[in-house]
Amino acid sequence: MLLISCPNCGSRDETEFHYGGQAHVAYPENPNELTDREWAEYLFYRDNTKGAFAERWLHSTGCRQWFNMLRDTVTYEIQAVYPMGSPRPDAAGKVTADTGTASTAADSTTTGNASPDISGTSTSPTSISSTTAPEGATP
Amino acid sequence: MAETAAPATSAQKNLSLRVSPAAPLGAAFEAGSVQGVVELREVPFLTMVGLRVNRNSGAGERVASVTGGLPAGCGSVSGTGNTSVLWLGPEEFLVVAPTEAHESLGGDLIQALREALGGEAGQVVDLSANRTTFELTGPRARAVLEKGCSLDLHSRVLQAGTALSTEIGNIPAVLWKTGDESFRIFPRASFADFLGRWLLDSMREYASPEVP
Ligand SMILES: [Zn+2]
Repeated sequence: MLLISCPNCGSRDETEFHYGGQAHVAYPENPNELTDREWAEYLFYRDNTKGAFAERWLHSTGCRQWFNMLRDTVTYEIQAVYPMGSPRPDAAGKVTADTGTASTAADSTTTGNASPDISGTSTSPTSISSTTAPEGATP
Repeated sequence: MAETAAPATSAQKNLSLRVSPAAPLGAAFEAGSVQGVVELREVPFLTMVGLRVNRNSGAGERVASVTGGLPAGCGSVSGTGNTSVLWLGPEEFLVVAPTEAHESLGGDLIQALREALGGEAGQVVDLSANRTTFELTGPRARAVLEKGCSLDLHSRVLQAGTALSTEIGNIPAVLWKTGDESFRIFPRASFADFLGRWLLDSMREYASPEVP
């Protein structure tokens, strides 16, 4: 189970989210001018990256908002969470050693140590990611 | 015999005919509740309004003056009197009010919200029939929920007065902690039967004496 840090709601179970496929696939400037092959490539062809991959996610059971996420397809490490429409925070496609740390833009959220700026929410990443039984389960 | 308790108006007749989503479980809820430990009941027919408005816009301010504020972020709840507004998304809110606030019973809440929104971008939608309300109370309420909710429900993290849209028993629901030992759960009507039975199942162990 992935723990995904929604920019609005904080850390939640993967089951609350919907996967939206590869991010940054721009709608063709002029679809009518594309050949069938180019159109098919726009519709159906996606990268099959080994390593850092930019993808879209929807927090469907929570705030119902879309966001982008940079996830390593090998380790599943979530390297960055950033808003729709903003550019990919790392050097695109290049897996570098320091992508996970200070690479995000000011308005995005890393999953490592920063929880979203939401007062009153119950979802600090540390408390959720604990694998031990919840305290209330036993008297 | 015809004149005994005959509804005077068609509106009253319609009210007497309506059935809440978890009504068939009413007796089971009573039987399954363990007094002073954990208790479950349905609070039927609350008035609920789906709001979509930018809270920083003019319309947002007008709507906020009707509802007693609009919550600023995830988890927060605003409101005035017995009308509450739950945060569902950055520009999406759920207004929860007593049954009598509904326009079919002479309430003016929905109309007032419509007028506040005016012609600006946004929505005021009567969602009273969309969800039902469960009230789960008692010192074991949290333990019951923890069997199927991955949020940290401990009171040092989840404060009373917080509402979160999440999953309970694998179905989407809004969970509102209304007091230290009381929760309101809003499942969609079609999930009410499932979640009701799920909660009853989760509550069952507290009816038996504790095994040391
Ligand atoms: Zn969210």
